[in-house]
Amino acid sequence: MADITFTINDTSVATEAGTTILAAALANGIDIPHLCNDPRLTPTGACRLCLVEIDGQAGLHTACTRLAEPGMIVQTESEAVVRSRKTTLELLLSEHNICCTTCDADGDCLLQDYAYRYQACEERFASLETASEPADTYTVGHKGIIYDPSKCVRCQRCVKVCGEVEMAEALTLKGRALDVQVSTAFDLPLNDTTCEICGLCVSACPTGALWEREAVGQGRAKDLTKVRTTCTYCGVGCQLDLNVNPATNRIVRITSEPGCLPNDGNLCVKGRFGFHFVHSPERLTVPLIRENGEFREASWDEALTLAGKRLAELGEQHGPDGLAFLSSCRCSNEENFLMQKIARTAGKTNNVDQCATTCHAPTVAGLASAFGSGAMTNSIGEVKDVDTFFIIGSNPTDAHPIIGMEMKKAIRRGAKVVVCDPRKTWMARHADVHIQHIPGTDNYLINAMMNHLIEQGLHDQAFVDERCENFDEFRENLKGYHPDEAARTCGVSADDIRTAAEMYATGSPSSIFYTLGITEHTCGTENVQNLANLAMLTGHIGKASSGVNPLRGQNNVQGGCDMGAIHTVFPGYQKVADPAVREKFGSAWGVEIPTNVGGRVTDFVEKAGEGVLKGFYVLGEDPVLSEPNQAKVIESLKKLEFMVVQEIFMSETAKLADVVLPATCFAEKEGTFTNSERRVQLIRKALDPPGQARPDWQIICDVSAAMGYPMEYASASDVFDEMASLTPSYGGMSFERNCDVGLQWPCPTPEHPGTMFLHQGRFTRGKGLMHVIKFRPPAEVPDDDYPFVLSTGRTLYNYNIGNMTRKSGPISQKQNANFVEMHADDVAKLGLTDGGKARVSTRRGSLVVDVHAADKVRPGALWMPFHFVEAATNRLTNDAFDNITRTAEYKCCAAKVEQA
Amino acid sequence: MGQSRLSGPTDLERFGADAQAAEKQYRARVLVCMTGCRSKGAAELAAAFREQIAAAGLASEVAVVDVGCHGQCALAPVVVVEPADFLYGGVKPEDVEEIIQTTLVGGKPIERLCQKVDGQPSTVFSDAPFYAGQARDVLAQCGRVDPQRIEDAVARGTYAAAAKALTEMTAEKVIEEVREAGLRGRGGAGFPTGVKWGLCRDTDGGDKYLICNADEGDPGAFMDRALLEGVPHQVIEGMIIAAFAIGAAKGFIYVRAEYPIAVEHMTLALNQARQCGLLGSDILGSGFDFDIELREGAGAFVCGEESALIASLEGHRGMPRPRPPFPVQSGYMGKPTTINNVETLANVPGIIAAGAGAYAAVGTDGSKGTKVFALAGKVRNTGLVEVPMGATLQEIVFDVGGGIGGDREFKAVQMGGPSGGCVPGEFLDLPLDYDSVKDIGAIMGSGGLVVMDERTCMVDVARFFLEFTQSESCGKCVPCRVGTRHMLDMLQRICDGEGQAEDLDELDSLAAEIKAGALCGLGQTAPNPVLTTLRYFRAEYDAHVTDHKCPAGVCKKLTTFVVETETCKACGRCVKVCPSGAITGGAKKVPAEIDQNKCITCGICRETCPFDAVATA
Repeated sequence: MADITFTINDTSVATEAGTTILAAALANGIDIPHLCNDPRLTPTGACRLCLVEIDGQAGLHTACTRLAEPGMIVQTESEAVVRSRKTTLELLLSEHNICCTTCDADGDCLLQDYAYRYQACEERFASLETASEPADTYTVGHKGIIYDPSKCVRCQRCVKVCGEVEMAEALTLKGRALDVQVSTAFDLPLNDTTCEICGLCVSACPTGALWEREAVGQGRAKDLTKVRTTCTYCGVGCQLDLNVNPATNRIVRITSEPGCLPNDGNLCVKGRFGFHFVHSPERLTVPLIRENGEFREASWDEALTLAGKRLAELGEQHGPDGLAFLSSCRCSNEENFLMQKIARTAGKTNNVDQCATTCHAPTVAGLASAFGSGAMTNSIGEVKDVDTFFIIGSNPTDAHPIIGMEMKKAIRRGAKVVVCDPRKTWMARHADVHIQHIPGTDNYLINAMMNHLIEQGLHDQAFVDERCENFDEFRENLKGYHPDEAARTCGVSADDIRTAAEMYATGSPSSIFYTLGITEHTCGTENVQNLANLAMLTGHIGKASSGVNPLRGQNNVQGGCDMGAIHTVFPGYQKVADPAVREKFGSAWGVEIPTNVGGRVTDFVEKAGEGVLKGFYVLGEDPVLSEPNQAKVIESLKKLEFMVVQEIFMSETAKLADVVLPATCFAEKEGTFTNSERRVQLIRKALDPPGQARPDWQIICDVSAAMGYPMEYASASDVFDEMASLTPSYGGMSFERNCDVGLQWPCPTPEHPGTMFLHQGRFTRGKGLMHVIKFRPPAEVPDDDYPFVLSTGRTLYNYNIGNMTRKSGPISQKQNANFVEMHADDVAKLGLTDGGKARVSTRRGSLVVDVHAADKVRPGALWMPFHFVEAATNRLTNDAFDNITRTAEYKCCAAKVEQA
Repeated sequence: MGQSRLSGPTDLERFGADAQAAEKQYRARVLVCMTGCRSKGAAELAAAFREQIAAAGLASEVAVVDVGCHGQCALAPVVVVEPADFLYGGVKPEDVEEIIQTTLVGGKPIERLCQKVDGQPSTVFSDAPFYAGQARDVLAQCGRVDPQRIEDAVARGTYAAAAKALTEMTAEKVIEEVREAGLRGRGGAGFPTGVKWGLCRDTDGGDKYLICNADEGDPGAFMDRALLEGVPHQVIEGMIIAAFAIGAAKGFIYVRAEYPIAVEHMTLALNQARQCGLLGSDILGSGFDFDIELREGAGAFVCGEESALIASLEGHRGMPRPRPPFPVQSGYMGKPTTINNVETLANVPGIIAAGAGAYAAVGTDGSKGTKVFALAGKVRNTGLVEVPMGATLQEIVFDVGGGIGGDREFKAVQMGGPSGGCVPGEFLDLPLDYDSVKDIGAIMGSGGLVVMDERTCMVDVARFFLEFTQSESCGKCVPCRVGTRHMLDMLQRICDGEGQAEDLDELDSLAAEIKAGALCGLGQTAPNPVLTTLRYFRAEYDAHVTDHKCPAGVCKKLTTFVVETETCKACGRCVKVCPSGAITGGAKKVPAEIDQNKCITCGICRETCPFDAVATA
C-alpha cells in the first residue's frame, strides 16, 4: 500500500492508503471521539461523534468511514464539528439513564468522558423515558452478562463483535427509533442462542450497558487496578488484564486491549469468565499431612521436612527408578525448569515428565524427527493471512478459540478451508471441504492425498529435491494408498479427498493446523510425521503463514517441554544422552547428572502399579482424572510408598497423597509461560495468595533443600536467568526483555528479535526427513459387543479436569454435566432420546450421561468431553499407547450404548 | 402459457404481430382497472361485464380486459371503452347492461357515467381536463394493457427497445444514450442515471448487480405501484437494458410486501419473460445473460434507502450505512451495484426506442422527460398524473387536479412525502424540476403531492410527518433516533398549547443539526417539513406559542369553535352530527350554539355546515 500524506488540524499526517481518517488520526495521537468504532470491526458510522469537516466538501463526514486521501485537509474540532458533537452527546444523555454514581463503568465509560470533554449539558433536552429494565432483556437470569438498555447508546459494537469477530451472531438489534435495543433472535435467553459467552460484547461496550453480572457492585472501573498477565488456560497465551479491587484483594473482571499480541483484545469464555476458581473457598491454604489415613493441617516446616526426607530416603533406597517427578504444564517455565532440576539433582533421576505425554508428546517427537524441532512452525499473527487452511483433528473454535478467531478473520477475507474431522465442528460447517472420516484413519487419508498429488504432479518437486530426503522410499510407500481405496477405509468420498489435496497444494500460502485428533492415537507420532510429509511434499513450510502448526492445549505445555521436563532432554531439547550436555548441566548445578533412561507419566503409573516406583512428587497434575483407564490408575498410585502433591485444590490425585502442599495460581505469582507459537510471556502477581499458600517455584526450592540439595533464588526472574544461561534457544531472553511483548524462540542472544516462523531456507535438522508411514488401525476397534467408536475431547466451556472452569458461575450455568454426542439415527435406533440419559460402557468402565443427539458425529461414532469428575470419561478410555511417546489413544476405543 | 423462447428480434416482432392480430379480432375492448379500483368493486364489475357480454352474444367481438391504473383514482372504479375511449367513473354492476346497449351496441357515450367539468360531461378519455393537461409517456400503456399477459405488452412494442439495445448497441452506447437523454433518478435524489450506470460499469470487482427499488414507502406516493401492477413488462424491459449497460447478470426487484398485486403481477411477468427467453441466458440470441429475482420487503420505510435496502437483501437488519463507498463501488455482497427506482427504469425503454434527442426535448434544462406525481389531499381529481418536468403547481393542482374542493383556499402542498417540504401558494407558478424544488426547501422525492387548504394547520402537518419519520427511524444514528423524537415532542407541546417562543429557535437549530448529523436520507430530510413550515408559515407557529391559538382550527387544545349567528340558517345539521351533544338550537330559526364545556373540538360541525357558519374564535 502506498503511503499518503494529508492534514489533520494543521498537522501533516502520513498513513497507508486505505486507512480511515479516524484510524490515521488515532495513530497520530489525535483523538477524535467515537462510540461505535472498534478497530476489530467494519465501520458502522452510527454514533456521529467522529464527524469532521473536510475542506472543499460540503457538510460533515464520519471519520470512521471516510478513507484518508492525499492532500485532504481535515478539521476535527472546528466550530461546526464541536457544535454537532455536543448536540449529539446531549441527545445521547437525554436517552441515557444517568446514574454515574452507582454505575460500575464509572471511570471506564466513553460517554462520560466525551460528555465531560465537550461539556455536554444534561439539561438541554428533556430526559426521555428510559428503555426497559435489565429484567426485561435477553440477559435475564444469565450469570455471565447483564444488559441494561437504559445505559445503551445503540452503537452496535456488541452486535458486530459477536457477528464479525466471534461469528456467533447471537445478538441483533430489535425495534425502531427509541425502542431500538440489543437482543437475540426471538428474544431468546442468551444461553439458548448461539452465544459462546466470550464476553466480547461486554468488552466492546463503550458504556456500562453490558457488564459482567457477577462484577456488578464489586468495584467501579475507576476503583480497579489492571494487572496485565497471561491467560492460564489453553496454549494460545492470551494477554489479559486482571481488574483487581485492591480493597478486597479480588479479581472483579477480566479485560483485554485490542491490538495486543497474540489475541488482539479478544478472549474466550474461559479467559474472561473462568477466574472464579482463584477465590474459591475450596482453595488449599495450609499444608496437609496424612496421618492414620486422614489429612491433618501442618506447618510448612513440618510438611517440607517430611516431604524432603521421605523422597530422599526412597531415592537412596530404590535408586533412580524408585523416584519420579511429575511437573506441570499449568505452571510456569521457572517451575518446570526447577522440577527437572530437582529431579536430576536432589532426586538423582531422569524420571521427570509433564502432561505433554497426555497430549502433544507425539508432536514434539514427530516434528523433531522430521524437521528438527517440535513446535508450531508459524505464529498466531500469521493465521489471518493464510490462504488455504488444512485443519485436521482440531476444533480450534472450541479448544483454541482465539486462534479460531484469527482463522475467522481469514475466512471473512475469503480464505479456503479444508477440515478433516470426524465431527462437524464450527470450522467444518464453514469449510469448503469437510472430510468426516472414521476416527483413527488419518494416515490412510493423508497418504491418499499425497498419492493423488504426486499422481497429478501437484507436489513441489523442486522443494523436495532441495530441502528434503528419503523421497524415493516415501513415494514408493504411497503407491498402496489410492484415493478410491482410502474412500472405503476412511468412509468418505474419494472426490473430496482429491479436492482437499488439490486445494491445499495449490493454496498460497497454505498451512496445516492440527491438535489432539492427530496425536492421541497409538500411531500419534506417525500421524504427525505424515503431516510433516504433506507439508514438505507441497513445499508449504518455512514461509510466512505456511507450515505445520500443532495447537497446544495448555497454557505452558510448550514451555514445560522446552524446559526439559522430559526424561530424555534438558531445557532447549538438549539431549541427556549426550555426555557433553550432561557435563554442562552437571557442572552448572554441581552434581553428576544421572544416566538412567527414565520414563513418562504413563510409565510412572505403570511402574507404581508394578511396585517399582516408590516415591512420587506431583506438581499441579491430576493423573487420576487425566490418564486413561482410571480404575487402574488409582490402583497403581495407591501402591506408592510416598506421594507429595503440590496443588491449589484437593484434586483426585491429592486425595491419595501423603503430603499436600498448598500452592499459588497464576494470578498470585511471577513467572513466564511459553505459548503455542513459542512466545515467552510474563505472568504477574495481582493478588496475595490465600492462607499460607506459596508460589510453586519457592516450594520446589524448599523441597529440594529438604532433600539435601539447596536451591536459592531471589525471584522467578533469577530462575529464568539461570535457565536462559543454559538454554541456547532462550539465551537472549529475560523478564525485562519479554516484559512488553513476549519474544518467540529461538532467540539466542540479547540482540536477537526472536523468530516468527521456523525452517526458513533450512530445516533445523538440515534436510527435512520424509517418513514412510503405513496405516495402522487403532488398538481397539468396534466389534459386535462394543459397536461404537468413542473419542474424547474438550468443549468450549470447560477445561481439562474442570476443577477450575466449573467453579465459574456463567460456565457451570451453561455446561455442568457430562454428555455423549451421538448421531440422531443411532439415538433413535437405540430407543434413546435427545436430552435423556444413556449408559456408555467400554471394556474398562461404564458411565451414565446425558444424550446429545445431532449430526455432529457420524453414525457409529460417539464423542464425550473429559471435564466432569463425577462422571469421569477416563473410566472408559483405553490405556493403549503411542508406540513412540506413550501417549494414550484417547481418540479411539470401542464402546456400547444402552438405556440407562 | 406455452410460449416458447424467442430466438431474436425478428421472432419478437412476429410474436408482437401475432398478438396484435389476435387483438384486432375484437371490434371493441372494455378496459376495467383491476388494480387500485379493486377496492371499489372492480372485480365484481369485470365479472358482470364478462357474463352479460357473453349473454348478449358479443363475446367474440368485445373483449373485457383487466388493466392497470388509469390514474384518476377519484373516479374508481374506472372503465374505458375502446375504440372511442369513453371514460366512465364510479361504474356499478347494474350499469353494465346500459353500457352494453348504449355504448357497445349503440356506440354512444352515457353522460351520467362521465366526469362533468363545469357541468359539461367529458366523455372521451383524452379530452378530460385531467388527462388533457398531462403528458402520459411512462404511463402510456398503464390502463391499456393486461398486465398479466405478455402478449398485450409485446403487441404494443414492449421489449423492442431491449431487443435494440442488446442486438444493435454496445453497453457504452446505451449508457451514452441515457446520459444524453438527461434521465435523472425518479426515486427522489435525481442523480443522473447514465452517470450512475457508467460508474458501475467502470468499477472493477467481478460480478455486478442491478436492483430495482420498488420499496415505495412514502405515504401518498403510488406511482411505482401503478407501474409494477399495470405495466410490469415495461419495468422488466428497463431492467434488461440497465443490466446490459452495467454488465450485470443478476437483478433484484425489492418490493414492499404491502403491494400484493404488484408482487402477483410482477411474479407472473417474470415467469412469462423467462419462458419467452427475455430473461435467462442468451436473451434474444444476443449472448447476454440476465435474470431477476423478486424479493419482498418487510415493511420498514428505511429500506427504501439504498444502503438499507441492500442490507435487507443481504439478509441483515435493514439499516443504512454511510456512503462512500457508494453501491456502484461496493453494494450487494460488496459488489458493484446499481440501484434504480421503478419509475426510472420504466423511463428507459422510451429513451432507447425514441432516442436521447426525442426524450430530452421534454422537460427543463436540468431535468428531462416527465414526472409522475401522486396527487392527494384536498384536491378534486386525486390520482396519478404525469406531466413534463417544468410543469407548475398551478397546472398540476388546478388544471389537472381540478382545484380545491369546497371552494376553499389553496394553502400549500407537501412535496416529496414526509421527507419533503411544504410549498406555499407563492410558488404556484414555479416550474417544478429537481433543482427548483430543492431551492425552495422541498424535494422532488418520489413525487408525492399532498394538497392542503386553509383548514390545514401547518404545525400539525409538520408534527404529522415527523411522527411518521420518527417512528420509522431505524435507530442507528443518534440525531435521527433521539433528535427527531425531541423535535416531535416540541411540536406536540406546541400543538397542545404548551410551546414557548424559545421552542421555535430550538426546533430550528436542532433541525439544522439533525440534517447535518444524521446518517442517511431519512434522518437528513426528516426535519424538512418542520423547516419549510417554519420558513413559510412562521406566523402560524407564532400564533400557537404566543397567542395559544390554532388559526386553522385543527389543534384541539388551541381551538374554540363558535357558530356565527348571522350566517347560521338553523338547519340543525351540526346539532345532529355533534358527538358530544354540545350544540343546541339550530331549529325553528334559532341559531345553533356550542356549549364550550361539552365541545371536544372535533370539528365535525364545521365540516358539516353547508353555510360555513362554524368558525374558530
